[in-house]
Amino acid sequence: MDKKETLKQIHQKHLEWEQQRYSKIIQETPERKQKFKNLSEMEIKNIYTPEDIKDLQYLKDIGFPGDFPFLRGVHPNLYRGRLWTMRQFAGFGSAEETNKRYHYLLGHGETGLSVAFDYPTLYGYDTDHPLARGEFGKCGVAISSLVDMELLFHGIPLDKITTSMTINGPAAIIWAMYIANAENQGISKTKIGGTIQNDILKEYIAQKSYIFPPEPSMRLIVDTFEYGFKHVPKWNTISISGYHIREAGSTAVQELAFTLGDGIEYVKAAMARGLLIDDFAPRLSFFFNAHNDFFEEIAKYRAARRIWAKEMKALGAKKQRSLWMRFHTQTAGCSLTAQQPEMNIVRVTMQALAAVLGGTQSLHTNSMDEALALPSEKAVRIALRTQQIIAEESGVTSTVDPLGGSYYVEWLTDKMEEEAYKYFDKVQRLGGVIPAIEKGFFQREIADSAYRYQKETDENQRIIVGVNRYTLDEKPSIPILKMAEKGEERQIHRLQKLRKDRDASKVQRHLQHLRKAASGDENLMPYILDCIHSYATLGETCDVLREVFGEYTEQAIY
Amino acid sequence: MTDLSTKVIDGDQRSIARLITLVENNAADAVETMKKIHPHTGNAQVIGITGVMGSGKSTLIFEIALAYRAEGKKVGIIAIDPTSPFSGGALLGDRIRMTELSTDDGVFIRSMGTRGMMGGLTSALYDVVEILDAAGMQIILIETVGVGQDEVDIVKIADTTLVVLVPGLGDSVQTIKAGLMEIADIFVVNKADKPGVEQTIAELESMLDLVRSLDRRIPIVATSAKNKKGIKLLSSKITEHQEYLKKSNTFETRRRQRYEAELVEIIRKRLMDFIFDEKKLKTTVDCCIDQISKKELDPYSAADQILGKILK
Amino acid sequence: MKKIRVLVAKPGLDGHDRGAKIVARALRDAGMEVVYTGLHQTAQQIVNTAIQEDVDVVGLSLLSGAHMTLFIDVAMLLKEKQMDEVLIVGGGIIPEEDVPALRKAGIAMVFGPGTPVEEIVSYIKKNVKQ
Repeated sequence: MDKKETLKQIHQKHLEWEQQRYSKIIQETPERKQKFKNLSEMEIKNIYTPEDIKDLQYLKDIGFPGDFPFLRGVHPNLYRGRLWTMRQFAGFGSAEETNKRYHYLLGHGETGLSVAFDYPTLYGYDTDHPLARGEFGKCGVAISSLVDMELLFHGIPLDKITTSMTINGPAAIIWAMYIANAENQGISKTKIGGTIQNDILKEYIAQKSYIFPPEPSMRLIVDTFEYGFKHVPKWNTISISGYHIREAGSTAVQELAFTLGDGIEYVKAAMARGLLIDDFAPRLSFFFNAHNDFFEEIAKYRAARRIWAKEMKALGAKKQRSLWMRFHTQTAGCSLTAQQPEMNIVRVTMQALAAVLGGTQSLHTNSMDEALALPSEKAVRIALRTQQIIAEESGVTSTVDPLGGSYYVEWLTDKMEEEAYKYFDKVQRLGGVIPAIEKGFFQREIADSAYRYQKETDENQRIIVGVNRYTLDEKPSIPILKMAEKGEERQIHRLQKLRKDRDASKVQRHLQHLRKAASGDENLMPYILDCIHSYATLGETCDVLREVFGEYTEQAIY
Repeated sequence: MTDLSTKVIDGDQRSIARLITLVENNAADAVETMKKIHPHTGNAQVIGITGVMGSGKSTLIFEIALAYRAEGKKVGIIAIDPTSPFSGGALLGDRIRMTELSTDDGVFIRSMGTRGMMGGLTSALYDVVEILDAAGMQIILIETVGVGQDEVDIVKIADTTLVVLVPGLGDSVQTIKAGLMEIADIFVVNKADKPGVEQTIAELESMLDLVRSLDRRIPIVATSAKNKKGIKLLSSKITEHQEYLKKSNTFETRRRQRYEAELVEIIRKRLMDFIFDEKKLKTTVDCCIDQISKKELDPYSAADQILGKILK
Repeated sequence: MKKIRVLVAKPGLDGHDRGAKIVARALRDAGMEVVYTGLHQTAQQIVNTAIQEDVDVVGLSLLSGAHMTLFIDVAMLLKEKQMDEVLIVGGGIIPEEDVPALRKAGIAMVFGPGTPVEEIVSYIKKNVKQ
């Protein structure tokens, strides 16, 4: 069959169809919307045909899973071999309470741990710091020292389970606590696996849990790359994130472009230090959002894999593993509603499915009550079961990249890649990622998208079930998580006892060594580990770095 | 009951803030209080800081304020942001860079919108400067918008005007508005840790070489506000300028110019309020505008008519 | 001309500012003058700013769960400084059951997730004491 001839025929028939059948229908009954757009403001057509992907070549542009450019996946057999890791982000109150929740989740079938820290911890403050007032354990677990880390993982075999820790500003220090805890349990650094988020660029852009200014923060991150590659080889020393950028209000294209842009920046920084790309690149990982527009999300993940592979190759990576874009996904927190919260179970299911069809390596599904509070046991169990049902009952795991070849999805994948490259060019012209951050470029793009999203919702151009349509007057009546009352008190006592019982001069000595090293350019991980092993607290260690590096304040961008 | 003017002179922050609101809203009540506080003014050194967007003005002002606080001086900061011509609202975000100063008793920070006054500079600004002056602020820092006519207007009110530039912002010195270059008493090249500093300074120097010869060469100070560098030098240059003004008697001339501008502004405001007052001349004005639209009357004759009613 | 002046503040360590910024922008579009404090404000800083800026409204945004402590801190300090005419409103992740205690402390209204911005604008216009 002559392909060109077929395309001409298709085009002919399409025109006929459009003019004779489609237009007639829409004349009789106008469509539900003037324009059907996805969340990146792209207009979506009524139908996609081979014409839309006529320039696509299977072997060159799409390929096979496990082969460059990895559009269809990084593993040849994906979920046929091993399901994605079911890794529920959890943490609240004190280490003991969270430890209980971890045992609960593991007991119900989750396959990896994920730690949420409270705000004081995220900012490198101990529980008894004045700025920690009212914040203890509210949105994550409070970890102020190695003692807390020991309690957090009590009874959990760190050589058998991997742990992801959502920590950025003080990531190096929290990682040191995890390592120290494992070592104290007799488990070698070479055996432990997990991830630290450790992605400071997106903090300046979106999540805002930064401590130090960009330069010293990048230094710390490259220190972790180096230390990880040499001493903790199974550890992913960064989770380059788009989740938070999306939560702050960006579009899917912006999420894609800004995340990968940050990733390239980290790679360049590490190479500037003299690290070899094939040494650290295999341990870079990513973290994306799974938002509402089903196919847009799938196209986004696929485009991300292809872009990353191409860019890493261009930077000189030779190992296959260096080209892999491996990612964790979390369903969109900002899409959850406080109204009729049971509906969130449905939203999360669709979003999770999109992530699975996009080939995610690990997944967190939100609980239905998270627009109101941290998840209750029942709610988080349902969220976990959602993943298990998709895995066991839906059949989507039988084949790799089931949507490959779909006219719509392949077209959309290409489009997202195209739009992402436009952003890469813009950032390049601004002088790179960090100058663009200083100029407020990303922040402004995100604020504009967020504002537009709000306007469209308020004007009912975008329908959110339960909020601006299909509303109900009754108040939600689902059980809300209550935290242990005495948790904060207990934590403060623990801290006070720690400061009394430890060898104070040893602590001071190690902190002083850290102070000195921080002013130079040695790798700080060994110094931080020494501090942690001697039971210096998180706050004390961060304060030393605050002294040397200074603190960051943001500008006003709306 | 102590009256407002006394409380302001005492330095009560609540009262200062209240009075500022009154003058911003053009309240008649403010006039009496303003009259009472005027004798207590004239002591503050007013420093205007202007420059392109992204030059780090807010951070620079924060550092300058800290330096003056270290000398034990009381500092007033006025941060001006543009009022939207469409909605009349404004987003005032300059305080973000000055959070630490919010709890310093010796500092008073007020954010103001331009409120769309013709010519840019908010007309209440003169009053606000007088209020902070009377309240005991020895240094008053005014940060302006960075676009439009405002920066050039700042000369009328400030004793010393700083024009802030940054290296490599895409504009070479030549392309920056001529007016902006002429009002500077001191040039500040901020973010001096960035590449291109020497070139920017060199361009400024050669521009200064060509300018009409003054008896004072305008100094150029390189700073890196976020790294706290160059601030001491900048403060000393500001002090030098102040001394130069006093010595060369320019100080008196400038103050005179400021009071003239202030007086003109008050008269202009009163005149406009009168003319556009419903109960006074607004009907006549509206009528004239209708006639002008229908080409029955020209604007000059209309002005004759309106002014004729006042200047009898 | 009288303008409604609003302080939009982020007390405590919470870094989620998407909502606060959207509200600030919407209030500006509705003709109000909005002073935005930025992140990590203590109660003292918020109240001092409210005094100096002579605001009519203080809007507190918090999504980290620390509202019972921090919102009430601000409300009490405002009361202490006799800023009784200031309208205090709050927003963020605040469970329904916490609202009565917040109202008792002086927070007039809490706007939960899903509130259209117009609702916030009208509420302020209607309830501001001028």
